[in-house]
Amino acid sequence: MENLITRYRNVTILVAMLFAQVLGLAVQVKRTAENESTRLIRIWTVNAVTPLEKAIVWGQGGVTHLWHDYFYLRGVRQENRDLKAEIERLRIEHARMSEDAEQAHRLQALLGFKEQFISQTMAAQVIGSSGSEQSRSVYIDKGARDGIRTDMAVITADGVVGKVLRVFRSTSEVLLIDDQSSGVGAILEKTRLQGVLRGTPTGEVVLEKVMADEQVPPGEKVLTSGGDRIFPKGLPVGTVTKTSPGPELFLNIHVKPAANLSKLEEVLVITQQVEKEPDVAEGRARASDILAQRLPSVPDAPPDDPNKPPPPTSGLKILPAPSAQQASPGISGKPAGTTPAAGAKSVTSGSGSTDKTAAPSVPKKPAAPAAAPPGKPASSQPKPKQSEPPAEDTPH
Amino acid sequence: MPITYTSNEQVEVYRFSAPAAILIPLVALFLQAFVPLRLHFFSIFDLPLLVVIFFAVARRSQVTGLLTGAIIGLLQDSLTHQPIGVYGIAKTVVGYGASSLGVKLDVENAGARLLVTLFFYVVHEIVYFTVARGMVGLTLKWNWLHELGSALANAVLAVALFALLDRFKQRI
Repeated sequence: MENLITRYRNVTILVAMLFAQVLGLAVQVKRTAENESTRLIRIWTVNAVTPLEKAIVWGQGGVTHLWHDYFYLRGVRQENRDLKAEIERLRIEHARMSEDAEQAHRLQALLGFKEQFISQTMAAQVIGSSGSEQSRSVYIDKGARDGIRTDMAVITADGVVGKVLRVFRSTSEVLLIDDQSSGVGAILEKTRLQGVLRGTPTGEVVLEKVMADEQVPPGEKVLTSGGDRIFPKGLPVGTVTKTSPGPELFLNIHVKPAANLSKLEEVLVITQQVEKEPDVAEGRARASDILAQRLPSVPDAPPDDPNKPPPPTSGLKILPAPSAQQASPGISGKPAGTTPAAGAKSVTSGSGSTDKTAAPSVPKKPAAPAAAPPGKPASSQPKPKQSEPPAEDTPH
Repeated sequence: MPITYTSNEQVEVYRFSAPAAILIPLVALFLQAFVPLRLHFFSIFDLPLLVVIFFAVARRSQVTGLLTGAIIGLLQDSLTHQPIGVYGIAKTVVGYGASSLGVKLDVENAGARLLVTLFFYVVHEIVYFTVARGMVGLTLKWNWLHELGSALANAVLAVALFALLDRFKQRI
């Protein structure tokens, strides 16, 4: 026997190594995700690889910053002019849209609906990936010491990116929405059909659990439904590209992610969400509004002028156009005090970190209502999704 | 100078300095994790696998080859969110196979390296898919066209990479 082992020493070692790994794999597969702790080898590897990645990203950012901000300023004047024109156009559009949003908020407040607000986010830099086509995850440069916890939502300006899967001391692993083990509660913007967004082995993203007899046109936007208790409701997820029959009477709805998952650089980690009833007086700050304000590349809004009159609670009183009055039916004139009590009800995820804070109750500075075009009544605009009844998964 | 003779053919055995033996796999892992962020197509390459094949063939020791494969594979596993061991098993097999081949054949020229990498890439993928589907329960789709294209791309890269890594070889 000893002779046999000596003779086949190499094969014996190979079999022993394979057996040990198969055994280890079996133990891990059997163990449930809840019981799984981060393995030491993961910590070693991540600690060995990520410092170099951080250093390179940091150096690259410095050089890019130096080049773009100090040397390569060609076309900046023209771009500045274009941006100013764009701002003017958006202000007009915002004034129109805010009317509809205002009305929807009042209705929601009257009905006592709760919304999820992003109250704290943290900007993070993507420093690495898993390096495998079968494992779609990235590493960010914020970890446990920055207040990151597992299952926190990760987003960009364009849309949802994924969720925090593992947290190390100074880095975290983020599972992307196109990974086959991910799942996001999603809702179609117009048809209000709900489903689960999953990744496929080929890297595509599909919306599942929508019945085959439903009509889903390509081009329809997909938003988070909030049903997974990770992503706040209403964040953009992607756009429907095509629909095909799926298994068991369900549709396979192919979705193009809104965020460019193959070129991620900066992301936002939602470190705290607050569930509250929308406040008529303060209801302008929705999750998507806060998101727009919290982008790392967007400078902070200038402080409010104390001499300026307070923002109106309704466009009724300021907009001179008669059509604007049509936009607000009878309840619009109701004073704010008659609405249900607004306030934070519960914190769904939190961290006591030193993040930049953005109180959701701080109202956004409204655009000048006078900028609304008199010829275009607010009521004639297509109703945004806020006017729809809230989804069933919204906590009542 | 100790030289191994196999099949009446003189085959040289190489060793690597400790820094090279540690840093080369780590750099390969780092590049594998970092470069796809900037160049998405880079994810078709498997630099750790190429390093395993290179070390296994150069050292011509089956035990060293399989141990190198196992360690690099396990480290690669720990960067993914999958259970640790899937890449470990695949690279253990490749490390053993490549070193076994290195004992019998001279695979120092570019053509031989191309073919060896092409072959072991496919072996690696077959083992990986088998373990990932059979044990871990991952839903993976085997696409021959994609796998052969990736194998060819890795083989071409291996020829250039091995020429670079030859500088770290030390004759025993």
